[in-house]
Amino acid sequence: MTSWTHIGPTVVAAFLASLVEFVEALTVVLAVGVVRGWRGALVGSGAATLTLLAIIALLGPLLTRIPLDTIQLAVGVLLLLFGMRWLRKAILRASGIIAMHDEASIFAEQEAALRQMEGSRGGLDTVAVIAAFKITMLEGIEVVFIVIALGAGGKGLLIPASLGALAALLVVVAVGAAVHRPLSRVPENTLKFVVGVLLSAFGTFWVGEGLGLTWPGEDWSIPGLIAGFLVVALIAVPIARAIRARRTGLMARDAA
Amino acid sequence: MRWLKGIFGELIGLFIEDGSFAVAIVVWLGLVWFVLPRVSLPPVLQGPVLFAGLLAILLESVLRAARRR
Repeated sequence: MTSWTHIGPTVVAAFLASLVEFVEALTVVLAVGVVRGWRGALVGSGAATLTLLAIIALLGPLLTRIPLDTIQLAVGVLLLLFGMRWLRKAILRASGIIAMHDEASIFAEQEAALRQMEGSRGGLDTVAVIAAFKITMLEGIEVVFIVIALGAGGKGLLIPASLGALAALLVVVAVGAAVHRPLSRVPENTLKFVVGVLLSAFGTFWVGEGLGLTWPGEDWSIPGLIAGFLVVALIAVPIARAIRARRTGLMARDAA
Repeated sequence: MRWLKGIFGELIGLFIEDGSFAVAIVVWLGLVWFVLPRVSLPPVLQGPVLFAGLLAILLESVLRAARRR
């Protein structure tokens, strides 16, 4: 039976990861709606959502036919690559090595680009439909992967993972509809940091399970893995920041 | 078709951003898979060994990026 050590972090990880993706999609859909009209933006997003639901309906039943340890290994490897990529990027952003993701500037860039594009503004605007479809598909595929990956880790986890993603969608749609602006105040890097830790921990656990390795404390090693990734990531931030500061200082001294 | 290529590229980009980082993870998993069963290690240490290697890969990759940029 799936324990709360799986269900709790699964819901939280699915919610936070999906929140990040939906916020990114909302920024572009809002720009499309404001510049090109809401009809095209909603048709494009709606068509992409239906396509994504069809993918889930197709993949979901197929996954149940594959043995659990095989799924755990395959999904664990993908989840590790995905989660550790997010965590690495969040550490580099937090230490100032790469720039932070800025929804307000992305919105402005998209807005400017969409204004320059030709296309019919009466009737159904194909530019708006394609732009909204593309961004919803791009970000939505990440959500589908996260839900399927988290859901495939154990029996009965697909529903908690789906509910986490659905809750994130409802929150972003509700807030987006209310404020009609990109959600630039969402602490995206902090969310990516937390989600990176959670997904990396799950990926590590499932790869270990898939390879038949022994975990001390079995399911209870998951909180330990989460704590381990979190501590190392938090230690990495000031060290990377110090290396960068020393390099910047040396370069400034060389230039002077 | 260009947007389909974009979606495919984005799909690959979900998992691979820094090539050497992704390769290091996959190589480490391969080593754990093939080498660990042949080493006389107490079973209770198998999972922690996998974990420790992943933490080292993460830390090394972050510090390398900090020195490079």
